[in-house]
Amino acid sequence: MTAPNEQHIQEIRALIKTHKIWDKVFAIVGLISMLVGVTTLIVLFANLAIDGAPRLLSWDFYTSFPSRRAGSAGILSAWVGTTLVMLVTAVSAVPIGVAAGIYLEEYAAKNWFTAIIEINVTNLAGVPSIVYGLLALGLFVYQFGLGQSILAAGLTLALLILPVVIVATREAIRSIPQAIREAAYAVGSTRWQVVHDHVLPYSTGGILTGVIIGLSRAIGETAPIITIGALTFIAFLPDSPIKGEFPYISFDWIMAPFTVMPIQMFSWTSRPEQDFQFNAAAAGMVLLGMTLLMNALAIYLRYRIRRNIKW
Amino acid sequence: MVELAETSALNEVKDAEGMVVKPKAEAKDLSFFYGAFQALKNINMPIADKRVTALIGPSGCGKSTFLRCFNRMHDLYPGNRYQGKIVLQPDNTNILGAKVDPIEVRMRISMVFQKPNPFPKSIYENVAYGLRVRGSRSKRSLDDKVEEALRDAALWDEVKHRLNDLAFNLSGGQQQRLCIARALATDPEIMLFDEPTSALDPIATASIEELISELKSKVTILIVTHNMQQAARVSDFTAFMYIGELIEFGVTNNLFVTPAKKQTEDYITGRFG
Repeated sequence: MTAPNEQHIQEIRALIKTHKIWDKVFAIVGLISMLVGVTTLIVLFANLAIDGAPRLLSWDFYTSFPSRRAGSAGILSAWVGTTLVMLVTAVSAVPIGVAAGIYLEEYAAKNWFTAIIEINVTNLAGVPSIVYGLLALGLFVYQFGLGQSILAAGLTLALLILPVVIVATREAIRSIPQAIREAAYAVGSTRWQVVHDHVLPYSTGGILTGVIIGLSRAIGETAPIITIGALTFIAFLPDSPIKGEFPYISFDWIMAPFTVMPIQMFSWTSRPEQDFQFNAAAAGMVLLGMTLLMNALAIYLRYRIRRNIKW
Repeated sequence: MVELAETSALNEVKDAEGMVVKPKAEAKDLSFFYGAFQALKNINMPIADKRVTALIGPSGCGKSTFLRCFNRMHDLYPGNRYQGKIVLQPDNTNILGAKVDPIEVRMRISMVFQKPNPFPKSIYENVAYGLRVRGSRSKRSLDDKVEEALRDAALWDEVKHRLNDLAFNLSGGQQQRLCIARALATDPEIMLFDEPTSALDPIATASIEELISELKSKVTILIVTHNMQQAARVSDFTAFMYIGELIEFGVTNNLFVTPAKKQTEDYITGRFG
């Protein structure tokens, strides 16, 4: 009995050996693919950092308006503009997107009509941003008479990220097990109580991720903002939202003309002088930093919220 | 053996000692449809007040579907349709009636599910949730009710020092008792149990069964189980269902010892299912 058995084991070992070749092949292919991606990113990042370093490290860069002289040009109006536009975008896109997502998941009947809406919402996420710019130019800037304002830009970007927020909200809501909903309904909850007490709190982490992904996309958008007519050279700040006298809060800034980080970058890269290229690189680093900051915030919040929920 | 026709006519059932028990609820010509598929066929059956009634039968026989009619759970999904009545006493309300709000039904009849499904909230909030839905705001009365429900669910001693812990940190058996406490806290008239021990180990199962036997002095219980020994252990009455029909209903002991129908006998002796 031992002899054929011995031979059988040898055969199995040989077989395993040939099968394992593919293990090695894929490990190498995978490693190369990963290196291509990561190296490109690192080189790009390093390039920006080296070019932008002198400007990046000077405080004046953040507190100066753009200028014809590269050495004294800064990003003050750009980063303030970006921050304010993002604020308008978040404030308008989040409530609408979350409400739409909840409605589609928890309230709407599942029929052909909602199916069409679903498909459309998903497809809207893939519409080129310049198309949103054209829509906004006609609708917000001219029809509603908002002009080339922070409000018009914020609403445009809100429109752009709305599908992302809706889809993320729906995904987050869908990951809540049906058993939890049934448990809530079984004690006599109304639909709104189920949404308010359970669905929303348990999906906050996922919704937040979607919101940040959307905002990260919006923060870098240039085309739709240029389309609605944002200026490239702004040497003043919007009206301050906080006032010394009653009622202390002002919304005049919302109608102010503005510029944003990517536009500032774009305007500098189109200059022939070498020094402006360094400014553009530094602005790029700042924009990257703003995006990373948002992502870090999302990860932190998600960690805090999700820690307790494992389905 | 309690004859079905007789109980419907007299509106009462006799228990194992021959004592007359008023029905808490009664299914009358109840049929149920998932779209075009008829899952329940003309079921007539009383649910005895303050007793445990078990529903047994092979998978797909409609026992869970029947159970979920009692708190209108089917209303959550489109395409479902009831026919016939479930009359709830003492007010003689047809809980399947078009004018009856399913929320009202769920406020009166609570449910414990197959898998423990606590909310990802604290132990305290899980039990208090039903009370909050009913508008309780007073901390004092919430505290009292939560403690009472946890005691009735035999969980109080294990959790009294960590009421603010997350419910997910409890073991499976504890989670199921927490769900029982949640269903108990609102003083339901009937409690529905949908295979409450199928996801639990034997020790946790024994504790849940013991609990069910103790609860029947307070509340009417309807329990679905795939485990015939469990039905025999915990219930006073048993209904055997097969492919959407009620085959036989009677005092548990009689049904298991002297089944009237061939199908019942085949099932309980393990010839199918």
